[in-house]
Amino acid sequence: MKKQSISKRRKGYISLMKALMILSAVLTCAVVLFITIYVLVKGIPNISWNLLSTKPSYLDGNVGILPDILSTIYIIIATLCIVIPIGAGAAVYLTEYASNKRLVSVIEYAAETLSGIPSIIYGLVGMLFFCQFLNMQTSLLAGALTLVIMNLPTVMRTTQESLKTVPMSYREGAFGLGAGKWRVIRTVVLPGCIDGIITGCILSVGRILGESAALLFTAGVAHVLNGFFEGLANSGATLTVALYFYAKEKGEFDVAFAIAAILMILTLLINLLATLVGVIFKRRRNA
Amino acid sequence: MKNKVFETIIHGVFLILGLITVGCVLLITVYLIISGIPAISKIGLFEFLFGTKWASTDAEPSYGILPFILTSIYGTAGAILLGVPVGFLTAVYLAKIAPAKIRTIVSNAVSLLAGIPSVVYGLVGMLVLIPGIRTLFDIPDGASLLAAIIVLAIMILPSIINVSITALEAVPKEYEDASLALGATPVETYFRVSVPAAKSGIAAAVVLGVGRAIGEAMAVMMVAGNVANMPSLFQSVRFLTTAVASEMSYSSGLQRQALFSIALVLFLFIMLINATLNFFLKRNKEE
Repeated sequence: MKKQSISKRRKGYISLMKALMILSAVLTCAVVLFITIYVLVKGIPNISWNLLSTKPSYLDGNVGILPDILSTIYIIIATLCIVIPIGAGAAVYLTEYASNKRLVSVIEYAAETLSGIPSIIYGLVGMLFFCQFLNMQTSLLAGALTLVIMNLPTVMRTTQESLKTVPMSYREGAFGLGAGKWRVIRTVVLPGCIDGIITGCILSVGRILGESAALLFTAGVAHVLNGFFEGLANSGATLTVALYFYAKEKGEFDVAFAIAAILMILTLLINLLATLVGVIFKRRRNA
Repeated sequence: MKNKVFETIIHGVFLILGLITVGCVLLITVYLIISGIPAISKIGLFEFLFGTKWASTDAEPSYGILPFILTSIYGTAGAILLGVPVGFLTAVYLAKIAPAKIRTIVSNAVSLLAGIPSVVYGLVGMLVLIPGIRTLFDIPDGASLLAAIIVLAIMILPSIINVSITALEAVPKEYEDASLALGATPVETYFRVSVPAAKSGIAAAVVLGVGRAIGEAMAVMMVAGNVANMPSLFQSVRFLTTAVASEMSYSSGLQRQALFSIALVLFLFIMLINATLNFFLKRNKEE
């Protein structure tokens, strides 16, 4: 009876919309699947121990990406070391200290603005300010500082979200026991927002790993093997920048695909880690 | 007393950390304006914005960026035209219809899509899209506006899907129940009740997509060919972002200043988009 009450036109509309929705979802998945498999299939056969463990040399035509791997690791460490205190501190200020509503909205608006600015603009301003004005030259440190500005909103947001889950009663309890504000923050608030900071770290690592436009003019394109501090002071290409150069400027697609496959695997791992951490933290909070 | 001073100092430190974000936005804005104005005043605002010829390395250089502006607008519009329907329908499917298992799989695929570095998109585009377009449309070079549009459409999918899902899930259950009780089928309810109720959030998703598309540099640089033509679907073109990136490494004098001016124009576009985004997000919250 009920079926008959639906006219043919409505039935047609329903099946059309259903078909279109499923088609779109399938298309989205197909694109992801295609890119992932294509990159892995073309890249993995080109990954060799020699590629991973040597530096490129014009003399014997050797191609190695060890310097690029190290530069990437250095820049990730340097960026996180700077962005975590600033981002988490800003979040603590917004949720714990700030009493001026105007100021809060200005800071939040600034963070939103930062997250909308394209990376090429970060690269340009980073080059003008860090490399030229502060005279750091093209160096990993200049690149890392540029990335700090880029990732600030991410760390701020994740920390703020986890701070909101710290129950007010904890703070009140600590205050009631006579603890000062800083003591409450150090012993009650900060331990409670560790999960937000960790999530922020993971998201930032993912973003740093994938960033290229902001690093092209700040961190440069050199492939030199350096220690950590020496590396920070010198120019160095991260994996993404190296990929761009091997593909676009040199036309060496084998190396480019090998790097792309490595980046792809790392992206997969980071996504997995982010999901896993999210699940663990959620369970712990509910427990 | 000593304690009070200590607390004030800590408060001050957190305040400074909070203000760093605002400082960064000011730094970027001020630097872009200071470095972008000289070339515009030398070339002339009208000539700069509406000049149709960009020949920065000629003996008699001409700096008209209309081709870049139009390319960026056309490219973004194309990406939105392709990406929004697919992303929107996928979002409705995931938010309302998909079984939990499928939803998990597709959302993971979408977050992977968001995590893939832009140079990897560029690389796959170079080796799959460009030859594909060349043979399919029988043109001498596949590096074209069309290739850039397809890459951008894929790259903005995650933003559109995620923001739309959030908006759709925020629609009060009562609305849908009322519609179902009146005899509408579930699919009709989703498209005629849930979607209109979430329209501000979906608009925000589209605007976010516009911001992503207009700011992307590296992937576009690898597939669009980078010739300063007026935009045409099957011709090599240069976007605002790629105009900055492609000449920065060897530019000097007025040419370099003109690149900063292009970045300023791009920045103004982004600020406009951010303001629109905030407008829709705010309205979504109020609803």
